[in-house]
Amino acid sequence: MTSRSSSTATIDASHLDVGYGLHTVVRDISLMTAPGDLVALIGTNGSGKSTLLKTLAGILTPMHGTVSLLGGPPGRSPRRVAYLPQHPVSSHTLPLRARDVVAMGRYAHLGLFGRATSRDRSIVDDTMLRTGADGFAEKSLRELSGGQQQRTHLAQVLTRQAEVLLLDEPTAGLDIAGKSAIAEIIADERSRGVTVVLATHDLSDAASATTVMLLAQRVVAIGTPAEALRDEYLRECFGFTQPH
Amino acid sequence: MSSPLALAGPLWEPFARNEFMRNALLASALVAVICAIAGTYVVLRGLSFIGDALAHGVIPGMAVALLFGVPGVIGAAIGAAVMMGGVSLITSRVRLSADTAIGLLFVGMLSLGVIITSRSTTFVGDITRILFGELLGVDSADLAWQIAVLIVVGAIAVVAHRPFVLMSLDDGLARTSGFSVTFFHGLMLVMVAMAVVGSFQLVGTLLVLGLLVAPAATGALVTRRVSTMMLTASACGVLSSYVGLLTSYHFDVAAGASIVFTSVYLFIIVAILTIPRRMRGSSELPHQHEHAH
Repeated sequence: MTSRSSSTATIDASHLDVGYGLHTVVRDISLMTAPGDLVALIGTNGSGKSTLLKTLAGILTPMHGTVSLLGGPPGRSPRRVAYLPQHPVSSHTLPLRARDVVAMGRYAHLGLFGRATSRDRSIVDDTMLRTGADGFAEKSLRELSGGQQQRTHLAQVLTRQAEVLLLDEPTAGLDIAGKSAIAEIIADERSRGVTVVLATHDLSDAASATTVMLLAQRVVAIGTPAEALRDEYLRECFGFTQPH
Repeated sequence: MSSPLALAGPLWEPFARNEFMRNALLASALVAVICAIAGTYVVLRGLSFIGDALAHGVIPGMAVALLFGVPGVIGAAIGAAVMMGGVSLITSRVRLSADTAIGLLFVGMLSLGVIITSRSTTFVGDITRILFGELLGVDSADLAWQIAVLIVVGAIAVVAHRPFVLMSLDDGLARTSGFSVTFFHGLMLVMVAMAVVGSFQLVGTLLVLGLLVAPAATGALVTRRVSTMMLTASACGVLSSYVGLLTSYHFDVAAGASIVFTSVYLFIIVAILTIPRRMRGSSELPHQHEHAH
């Protein structure tokens, strides 16, 4: 992990404490990633996965330690870092077509007043095609199933064409085929040099990761899948072990 | 046999014959558009309760203004600012949820307004004017004020549309897209406060929330885009103003309340009429665990 050069690191965190207000959720996180890496954050609800992702996204302020993304503080590179929240809150009431939601991914590039160009529209079309969201592009978000909404939000994040993707449980509510499709998209992004940090409950998501971090309100284990997904760590994290 | 024009007389004659009705229609149409713009974001972001609190927050300011003979708008603006500041302070400094903070300030400001107004010799008239407005007493200065508020509210919506819509989905999305959620949330509250301050003279503080929420909620039922939701809300608001004023004229009932009642009734009708479409939409939905392509 730490053998990599910090000058080429996409994410560089050292002795980082994360939390809300005065409450520290996870202490002493150190992590260094390179372009194309996949970091799987694994743990139960409340283990600190989302808190860490929000800190990397610049939504929460680091409580202690240092962290940088693409050489700068979190939240300072909106065009280069994209974040997918766990469950966008009021999407079921919004009168927005799936296409409009995906196009919102370009707002980081367009700012308040920039007009969407043919290139922006082409990026939106291509991403919808890649994620399979093109099949319901004209439907209102509230008319979509949970899985379709999830793909729409993922397409929005991909439309930003960022160098670092922070994804909070993107496969939640999807069946095996849906999860497999998301895994393909993530693999595709990595092949383009995008660093992906993925929060998940699902151990199968960790199989192809460069780094697995097991969280239980502390870092239980960090390393390659083989190093981190050991029975004693999993028992501590989840209270059970993997079937062999 | 009566001509169709003569039969339609009751629909337009009140406005053709009376300048106060024309002014009332123009003012309420302006307020309807102001409230449609601000109300669209209130509904999308789920700020109805804070909109209600702001509407009641203006009461003490109005009461003090009336007591000292200052224009009510100035007092209302100060009252709204105190309300917004109070909500921000309590939610950031005290470990209370926003709805508790808003609820406490809501009743606090309302009771303060009534206490101050009760010192006035014209207590009943003053409190009635604050709570229910004076739609039929609109003059050209009021109309100029409505136009100024419409321009400012419209400008805020144009400038901040993108962060406002992102925040309606998720604050984190707005933040990570490069927009300050603190700033734009504050700007949205300022826009709602302006809509309240710009509208309460006509429909009163008790009813202004109806115009903020009901037309926008109707728009949300039948549209798939925020821009068309706003246009639909404006059309519903203007239609409610016209029908409400006619009702008020012909049946000699309160004008502001008639407009708000019409807008809520319109929402109920549209909600009932769209039930089959929504049911059809739900039954057509694929299984929650959707297969990707």
